[in-house]
Amino acid sequence: MTLFDVVAAVKDPELRVLNVAELGILRDVTVDGDAVTVTITPTYSGCPAMDLIRSDIESALHDAGVARVDVRTVLDPPWSTDMITAEGKAKLAAAGIAPPGPMPGSVFVPLSVRCPRCGSPATEQLSRFGSTACKSLWRCTACLEPFDAVKAL
Amino acid sequence: MSHVGYVLGLADDALIAAQRLGEWCSRAPEMEEDIALANIALDQLGVARMLLTYAGELEGRGRTEDDLAYLRCEHEFRNVRLVELDNGDFAVTMAKLLFLSVYQRLLYDRSIGAGDERIAAVAAKARKESAYHVDHSSRWVVRLGDGTEESHRRMQAAVDLVWPHTHQLFEVDPVVHALGVAGVVVDPSTLRPAWLAAVDAVLAEATLTRPGDGTAIEAPAGRGVHTAALAKLLAEMQVLHRAHPGARW
Repeated sequence: MTLFDVVAAVKDPELRVLNVAELGILRDVTVDGDAVTVTITPTYSGCPAMDLIRSDIESALHDAGVARVDVRTVLDPPWSTDMITAEGKAKLAAAGIAPPGPMPGSVFVPLSVRCPRCGSPATEQLSRFGSTACKSLWRCTACLEPFDAVKAL
Repeated sequence: MSHVGYVLGLADDALIAAQRLGEWCSRAPEMEEDIALANIALDQLGVARMLLTYAGELEGRGRTEDDLAYLRCEHEFRNVRLVELDNGDFAVTMAKLLFLSVYQRLLYDRSIGAGDERIAAVAAKARKESAYHVDHSSRWVVRLGDGTEESHRRMQAAVDLVWPHTHQLFEVDPVVHALGVAGVVVDPSTLRPAWLAAVDAVLAEATLTRPGDGTAIEAPAGRGVHTAALAKLLAEMQVLHRAHPGARW
């Protein structure tokens, strides 16, 4: 297991089914002697999980025997839900969270979301803001299940 | 106003807006709205933290984001008065959020191409979040304005109340103007036509009347001059840090 794999295996604390690589927030891992520098990017400007992710990465590397860890945050290029890997999107759907569609471009168009449980496209949005900054709340009008959807950003 | 002052202005607008929006937490008219306002507050706080950190670095006196948020006095805050106004009823909060978020979206959009790369990087993230804030507040303003007689009356009263405070967003500052001409930052005074077009469209759909520009314009006073509302807000926001200097979670 490489040190990149060690870092990549760290889970996102709010979308527990995804690790930081699948979420698309892990930019770089560089090793210089006994020091490792990790570069990550926040999902939302105010994402409260960033501090925890940073400390989880430090712990994971310390457990792997790395003495010096520096976790840096970069903003550019900004994170987009398009950076969630295909495997990550499949894991979200399997966990009952509708994965984000592609970014609609510069025009802000609410896209329809498919129910992650029964697959029906007959869904309605209950709230544009959900349990975390990255999600909105939906309901399937076919199977009647409410579900979270990751917002395209 | 210096370059640092400009960055602090953007940061403080977001910080004070975040603190005000956060006051709705557990008090919003419905559960979904409670979550929405808290999320928007969080976005604003995130931008504020990044810009305060940058302002501290530009200033070069070793002040951190916490030093700037918790240890400055009222007159040192550079936010516009619009964001510090009391939340009032829900219509006032939505009028404030509409006017602020349309302004922020325009400012962030144009900052991406400006010379200050730190602001550009923050703006590139924030503009996408701002689009949600504009969308959310627009929907409410239309829903209330074009709703019942009572909701229309209160939404119109909110627009009338908040409107005079919007002029400060576009106040001309000679240093910022020069920085804008040099392409370093976006001069907010250039944004009003685009802002007005966007706001007018929402107000028209909401069947609301925009107050005339000649009426009730507040006396010009720069950032740094505040209403009585800010002192109370800061007292609450800073009390823990001042009572227990250096306290950490």
